[in-house]
Amino acid sequence: MTTVENAAGIAGTSSQARLDRQSVTGLVFGFLGVALIVGVAPAISSSSRRFNFEPPPDPAGIGFDPPTWVTAIGVLFLLTAALGFAPPAARVWASPARLLSALAVIPLVLVLSLALSDNPSTNIVNLFNESLVLATPLALGSMTGLWCERSGIINIGIEGTMLAGAGIGYMTYATIGDAQSTGWLWFSILISVLAGGLVAALLAVLSIRFGVNQIVGGVVINLFALGLTGFLRSEVIVKSGITTGVGTSEFGLPLLSKIPVIGDQVFRGQPIYWLMYVVVIGTWVVMYRTPWGLRVRSCGENPHAAETLGVNVVRIRYQSVILGGLIAGLAGAWFSMESQARFEDNMTNAAGFIALAALIFGKWTPWGAFGGALLFGFSRALGTRLQFLGVEVSGFEIPSEFLQALPFVVTLVVVAGAVGRSIPPAAAGQPFQRSK
Amino acid sequence: MAQVGNGTARPVLEVEGITKTFPGVVANDNVSLTLNQGEIHCLLGENGAGKSTLMNMVFGLYRPDSGTIRVRGEEVHFEDSGEAIARGIGMVHQHFQLIPVFSVAENIILGNEITKGAFLDLDTARRQVDALADRYGLAVDPDAIVGDLSVGEQQRVELVKALFRDADILILDEPTAVLTPGEVDDFFEVVESLTGQDKSIIFITHKLREVLAVADRITVLRAGQVVGTTTAETATQQSLANLMVGRDVVFRVEKAEPDPGKSVIRVEDLRVTDDRGVETVSGFDVEVRAGEIFGIAGVEGNGQRELVETICGMRPAIGGRVEMLGQDTTGWSPRKIHELGVAHVPENRSKHGVVAQYSIADNLVLNRYNHRKFSQRGVRNTAAINAEAKELVERFDVRTPGVEAAIHTLSGGNQQKVIVARELTGDLRALVVAQPTRGLDVGSIEFIHRKIIELRDQGVAVLLVSAELDEILSLSDRIGVLYRGRLAGTVEATEATREELGLLMATGAQS
Repeated sequence: MTTVENAAGIAGTSSQARLDRQSVTGLVFGFLGVALIVGVAPAISSSSRRFNFEPPPDPAGIGFDPPTWVTAIGVLFLLTAALGFAPPAARVWASPARLLSALAVIPLVLVLSLALSDNPSTNIVNLFNESLVLATPLALGSMTGLWCERSGIINIGIEGTMLAGAGIGYMTYATIGDAQSTGWLWFSILISVLAGGLVAALLAVLSIRFGVNQIVGGVVINLFALGLTGFLRSEVIVKSGITTGVGTSEFGLPLLSKIPVIGDQVFRGQPIYWLMYVVVIGTWVVMYRTPWGLRVRSCGENPHAAETLGVNVVRIRYQSVILGGLIAGLAGAWFSMESQARFEDNMTNAAGFIALAALIFGKWTPWGAFGGALLFGFSRALGTRLQFLGVEVSGFEIPSEFLQALPFVVTLVVVAGAVGRSIPPAAAGQPFQRSK
Repeated sequence: MAQVGNGTARPVLEVEGITKTFPGVVANDNVSLTLNQGEIHCLLGENGAGKSTLMNMVFGLYRPDSGTIRVRGEEVHFEDSGEAIARGIGMVHQHFQLIPVFSVAENIILGNEITKGAFLDLDTARRQVDALADRYGLAVDPDAIVGDLSVGEQQRVELVKALFRDADILILDEPTAVLTPGEVDDFFEVVESLTGQDKSIIFITHKLREVLAVADRITVLRAGQVVGTTTAETATQQSLANLMVGRDVVFRVEKAEPDPGKSVIRVEDLRVTDDRGVETVSGFDVEVRAGEIFGIAGVEGNGQRELVETICGMRPAIGGRVEMLGQDTTGWSPRKIHELGVAHVPENRSKHGVVAQYSIADNLVLNRYNHRKFSQRGVRNTAAINAEAKELVERFDVRTPGVEAAIHTLSGGNQQKVIVARELTGDLRALVVAQPTRGLDVGSIEFIHRKIIELRDQGVAVLLVSAELDEILSLSDRIGVLYRGRLAGTVEATEATREELGLLMATGAQS
């Protein structure tokens, strides 16, 4: 008797707790929906616009009428809002609806910006490909964070590790390579990777052996890498005379790149970009399907329990942090030898911190973090695209800085409602001392 | 040291002359112990007597300074627990060593993973867990997430974990501390069935009743030394207690008849949620009168923590009300409630009871540092604080080198005495105490119990929350059982029996 009552009581309260978040998200979507249908849709001109699938001339694509699409997305938002307040039976649909609405923000921003621009069309296949490419260092960086934090070490030095990889790799290429040959380029990328591993090893020694506060250790790494690479650039790279080189070259995946229209745009890419997929898939497989991965996760959750089962926590943490560093080094090489074939001061430009945000966004899972990286990559690509389109509101051209920031703001605010609370590994950040 | 002779017994574990020192403490001093095949050997001693230290050395977590350990006649020097596990030693720790976010199967195989090629083979793991569970009568669901399980279930996972590693020497560290009386009986059955299957068991405890119920042989440790080895047949609770403490122990708390006055604490239909937002106190009513001790018994996790925190102003209520001395104090701040004359000895000593880095003196005035006596115009009066501290340390028998030492350097029992000294000083009208003697030795328990009774005799209303049924039974005037956030029943202490309370705690129903 009591059990039944109590179960009902608990179910009641937890749905009440959910209602709080639901109602807030519901209100946001409701407000957006009304605004879109009543305010935005009538205000934009009903001219025909096109999403192209390939570059001009004469591209394939679909035409659309912006007000219709805006109204449709508005209706979707209203439905989502209504489901948040629906009777419990219908509430099972609330969570998928929220996710769908959050995803619908992407077409909404595209449709709106195209409607407000002088250009009647834009290539969206290319936009998505750009998103994936720009997500490369973010996805790699978030895998670095994943390995470190899952083993119990918070790494905010990803940024510095990447930068060191980028600088030291390019320096190798500029000084001992002949800045042309592919063999030396690959050697330099390998040096980037190893440099990342070395910098991470420094963090590992600081935080594991000497018990330095992990945040402080990460800040030290970031400052150290900034100073070191600045010095190397001015004293070594500039003096070598080779300030730009030849980056990695694109290649198409066999068969897939032969697919008409999209094949050549989506399945052609540079090597570190492809390696990024290998790293993400590899991380997932190793972390969840192998004994070593199980041990890494146990060290991040309850290292003392792991120790009682004979797991060598200290060794596992060293291994994970250094593995993470190797991945960050590869991300660094992407900057200086793939995206651009040169090295600039602070060229990673906060990618390491955005990677951390992607990791948190993805709730410390490989695919979640990859999704987060994609989202931020898309935001970057879209920000650039919007500048080219030249978006105007009632004759006033919106400043490009604002346009670049807008996608980040919108996606974060809306998706925060759909993703919810993110819980880190329980022992992340806690120093571990072996029993004596 | 006299060993009880047993001609046919085959020793599986022999500990000889083990000494282990930590900075400033001799935890084990020349300790010897023999565990025979198929026996239950109880290791009895007060907290801090060195029981867990000794067993952590046998399990490879600590390394002894001197002495030898032999497993089945062979001398061993473990570098880590992995090596102890390989020798067939398993340990169930007092604080479970489980990963809450992992499944049962993942917890069990961690460190001894079953693989197919380079990959984990969770299917085989599940089958093996099921087979073990069947064989030893330890029902566990391999796919359940450990964090969702009850403590009883988690303990079974710990046992299966050890058995999965083919342990035949099992070390159980205070295994019954978290169980209800009913669960304890079930647990003893499991333990007996394990010895039936040729497992040998070391059972660490400080509960005398349990020792006499299950032990074959008993070794008593005091201050790191073996003070005696005996058998369950020849020992009595009194003889064991005297050995443990080193002097004659008085079991019954002497107290006069209660003389209850007017109502001081009144709780009506209180509803509170825990940190996860789950309602754990759901419609709780109680009334405590001046000059009586109302004991709340119950298995931990039935809302005790949230109830106490809400009464003391540390956690908001989502429904109902709390009244103190006729005033509605629901939603008041802890300080405002304290100023009414309500003292609180919190359950979580290190989190809510003391500031670990502060000195003993500062901890002693945490609730009064802003009073005229200790601070004038925003400047602390260190001399007055230290003088007060010295007096309280004296009066409450806190064993410390000085009042300016950081409190974390004290043992748990002495820290608790500091908390009690602080809270019981001043003009009190009501006292809320949660788990006041958890983890304390017999001597400190006696002392704190006496202090609580003294207050009650002075007319203070006492609300006592404890997971120790013996404590509830010996102190309380009236006893309520908290079951799933509600008062399942109230009985007069003079009429209460362990069986009736145990049933209430386990099922929420009166017989």
